[in-house]
Amino acid sequence: MAKIIGGVTTSHIPAIANAMANGLEETPYWKPFFDGYPPVRDWLNEQKPDVIILFYNDHGLEFFIDKKPTFAMGVADEYYNSDEGWGIPTIPPVTGESELSWHIANSLVEDGFDMTICQEMKVDHGLTVPLNLMWPGHNYGHVKVIPVCINCEQHPMPQPKRTLALGQAIGRAVESFDDDLKVVVFGTGGMSHQLDGERAGFINRAFDIECLDKLVSDPESLTKYSNYDLVELGGAQAVELNMLIAMRGALLGEVTELHRNYHAPISNTGSGLMLLENK
Amino acid sequence: MATNEKREFPGTYLFNGEMAKKGYGLNKMCFSFNNQEARDEFNADPEAYCDKYKLTDVQKQAIKDKDIIALLKEGGSIYYLAKFAGLLKLNMQDIGALQTGMSVDEFKAMLEKNGRGEV
Amino acid sequence: MASQGSIPGTIMLDGPMATKGYPLNKMCYSFNNASARDEFRTDEEAYYEKFKLTEEQKQAMRQRDVIGMLEAGGSIYYLAKFAGILGLNVQDVGGLQTGMTTDEFKAFLVKQGEV
Repeated sequence: MAKIIGGVTTSHIPAIANAMANGLEETPYWKPFFDGYPPVRDWLNEQKPDVIILFYNDHGLEFFIDKKPTFAMGVADEYYNSDEGWGIPTIPPVTGESELSWHIANSLVEDGFDMTICQEMKVDHGLTVPLNLMWPGHNYGHVKVIPVCINCEQHPMPQPKRTLALGQAIGRAVESFDDDLKVVVFGTGGMSHQLDGERAGFINRAFDIECLDKLVSDPESLTKYSNYDLVELGGAQAVELNMLIAMRGALLGEVTELHRNYHAPISNTGSGLMLLENK
Repeated sequence: MATNEKREFPGTYLFNGEMAKKGYGLNKMCFSFNNQEARDEFNADPEAYCDKYKLTDVQKQAIKDKDIIALLKEGGSIYYLAKFAGLLKLNMQDIGALQTGMSVDEFKAMLEKNGRGEV
Repeated sequence: MASQGSIPGTIMLDGPMATKGYPLNKMCYSFNNASARDEFRTDEEAYYEKFKLTEEQKQAMRQRDVIGMLEAGGSIYYLAKFAGILGLNVQDVGGLQTGMTTDEFKAFLVKQGEV
């Protein structure tokens, strides 16, 4: 039986890719952020998960608003990155896991989540930055990744209540897969930030910390928020919290917080790194 | 739940159906900046490139003025506008400063202050 | 409940088939463009290579074996574009799959429509 052994929340902003490409991890600006990562890396290297299910949002690489899927997922054996327009380095291919992906797709659609199913899907910084943070030097080729992409760009977008339920449905799907696989779920993006408008630069530290607390102990309570509430409390792009909520949904067991590092700002955002064990 | 709710947030332009329709040509142009050839073509003749994507006069002017707020009001989506910003070699703090009327240093200082939770 | 293989004469495009058929379907999807159709006509073998068809898929294509294409993961919507290149309509394709002549297949359709 496949088993979800834990979950991780992490930021995925492009500025991290640039900082890593330019070796800025130890500079005063970046150190408090990067110093949070070794315990999570150690845990991953100890646990050796076979598969990472990674919730992210596409920022205009694979998808455009000509056709914008609400929920999309990859079912390929390999994924590619490419030029995103602003010069962050493109990276080697990411390994996929076709069989489990299709199993999840079948299970989700049966469960009422009508996914867009992708056999080719260019993956952007939303997916690649977290992988490189966990396995620096792009050393993640041994891990199989299943990308799950949530629309966080164009309203209407799925609400926290729905993304939590999506995560739970993915949790059930994984648990019903016969092969013995160790799975870790990443919820990437967030936390509070606003890039656009005169309100640009908005960060809400207290709200971010409250969300991290609730993700551990009471994820249901986050479903009281609408996406507009998230915009009000966390800024226009705080809707990316939906990815963290989806991750938490997938952890169906007893959850223990093993590590946390909140730091703000990195670039324009609040960054919440958290490692949760699922037993 | 607030899916169909009309709610306004000061200094915030929610990218919804109305904006997505209005900004379609503008966003499509900025989406094209994923490709180097497109960026080169824009740089060679911005005006002609805007026409290729049938930008409205207001959108063209906003592109010319690098006026991010005007681009948002014209239906620009931040993820595609970010590619335009990248083409101009501006980062998110530069963009933040442009939108808030602060200097880049002032904007960065505000981020630090927000990050510490000093509201 | 019906599942793959349980409905006689029916192959459903599901995960395993869609995975297997991806190169074949991608090739046939390209036939939406006239230039792609011309390129295919000029050198079929080279065009198979371009889309990395499997040997099974190439063989089915060479023999214009529609059932073989379906078994190799072909989706009927894309195969229909290939049929279009060959100047075949869906009754011709129906005949090819059922072993009937086109006229027999048409008569078969009419009969099923009768009350």
